[in-house]
Amino acid sequence: MTERNNSHSGPVIELRNLRKRFGDHEVLLDINLSVNRGEVVTIIGSSGSGKSTMLRCINLLETPTSGEILYNGKNIQTEIDSLYRYRARVGMVFQQFNLFNNMTALENCVIGQVKVLKRSRDEARAIAMEYLDKVGMKQFINAKPAQLSGGQKQRVAIARSLSMSPEVMLFDEPTSALDPEMVGEVLSVMKSLAQSGLTMLVVTHEMSFARDVSDRVVFMDKGVIEEDNTPEVIFNHPEKERTREFLARVLGK
Amino acid sequence: MQFFRDVANIAIKYYPDLLRGVGFTLLISLISTVIGLIIGLLAGIIRTAPESKNRFIKTLQRIINIIIAAYVEIFRGTPMMVQAMVIYWGYAFATDGVTLPLVPAGIFIVSINTGAYMAEIVRGGIISIDKGQFEGAAAIGMTHWQTMFHVVIPQVLRNILPSVSNEFVINIKDTSVLNVIGVTELYYFAGIIKRQNFQTFQTYFVVCILYFIMTYTITRLLRLFEKKLAGKDTYVIFGSQTAPEAEIHIDKGGAVPND
Ligand SMILES: Nc1ncnc2c1ncn2[C@@H]1O[C@H](COP(=O)(O)OP(=O)(O)OP(=O)(O)O)[C@@H](O)[C@H]1O
Ligand SMILES: [Mg+2]
Repeated sequence: MTERNNSHSGPVIELRNLRKRFGDHEVLLDINLSVNRGEVVTIIGSSGSGKSTMLRCINLLETPTSGEILYNGKNIQTEIDSLYRYRARVGMVFQQFNLFNNMTALENCVIGQVKVLKRSRDEARAIAMEYLDKVGMKQFINAKPAQLSGGQKQRVAIARSLSMSPEVMLFDEPTSALDPEMVGEVLSVMKSLAQSGLTMLVVTHEMSFARDVSDRVVFMDKGVIEEDNTPEVIFNHPEKERTREFLARVLGK
Repeated sequence: MQFFRDVANIAIKYYPDLLRGVGFTLLISLISTVIGLIIGLLAGIIRTAPESKNRFIKTLQRIINIIIAAYVEIFRGTPMMVQAMVIYWGYAFATDGVTLPLVPAGIFIVSINTGAYMAEIVRGGIISIDKGQFEGAAAIGMTHWQTMFHVVIPQVLRNILPSVSNEFVINIKDTSVLNVIGVTELYYFAGIIKRQNFQTFQTYFVVCILYFIMTYTITRLLRLFEKKLAGKDTYVIFGSQTAPEAEIHIDKGGAVPND
């Protein structure tokens, strides 16, 4: 069990009128989204529609131009004590894994726990081992990232995030950099996380994951959320024309 | 041959002075390389830090960055011999004739000179670390300092080791300019010996050999060290039978809610 703010019953993450501009390039225009505890939300949309930027705003890897991001009802830019503790609560898995090259798989999963969460080394190791086992990487705890395949690296990266006991996990195209034969191993880890009740926001081009695993699918287009619905509606009878067009394109129908 | 006899005589007669000179040269260049590297690392960490949101800290950061940039330009753009004179006599001027102790002064001069070069070497090293690792660290809540200390700098050090070795070798040679302020390194002793025996060529020939022996052995040693640091490229498969900790399972602190 994770310690958490049980007094809050609303959404875990809520975006209100979120905007992001790079120079004069408006990338996000008025995004509103809320994610409840335990929900798995998939974000789909064509390249450049702002999916990554939205995800990166949520853990403040990008600073929003305006709007609010609430975590358990608190504005993360003004009402939160520590940005660093907040980031530990909101894990992120990247397309390019972003593991620390100078550390073994185990050390990758330990360092944040010790430095950010101030856990003891022994406790951190035990927790890291638990999650490395969960993602099927226990055998490889002594390997450095350079010695692992893409799928293995991504599983270590997931274990690293999980080791921080996050309340929410953000995934930014976690399988896009993988060879086709490795996509499955990562998706199956994600699927089991989804089933365990972890709150997840997943940007992906894997339509089968969006359809079969998620509770909700958000379709983004040109910096706005065009449609936000159940996978059933999105995939079978989308309300918006643009959603239909996008799906027709990616599903090759 | 007379020449070789002279050389041998110099080596025999003056070996205590020559060895002292070698000792000081090595001491000054080693300590200065290490201090220079530390200066370079600090400068590199400060210069690559993200701008603070706080207006005051942001202004401070900018001022410090300008100072660092000026420091690097000035010390790379002027001869160390001149730097030595300016610092040593500048101190004496400012304190109405109090002079710095010579060896520490020498270490100080070579250190800040090396620091200017190291700052650039380190900056290049930090820039060459892929941005993803910074983001990976940020995403689990590590601060800039923690990221630098635990993730980036260890990789940078390994990558820049050849350049650092090179700086060390350069310093062994360049400490010779410290004789202008009278630091008792090898070149300084050469001057003293020459003034006693009037055998200028023979004396500097001996000194030349000594410098070469120093740089050659140090280069080899550092290369061995670099190889060793490159590390092994295999890893041990974690087995459950030989390693009991493989069986440890704990329930608390999980990321997966089970309520
Ligand atoms: N740091 C940045 N500076 C300037 N422009 C940026 C930056 N990051 C993203 N952009 C621009 O913002 C737009 C949206 O980018 P984003 O990465 O969010 O799209 P995406 O939906 O994730 O696309 P993809 O599916 O290709 O990953 C793009 O036009 C991109 O060029
Ligand atoms: Mg993207």
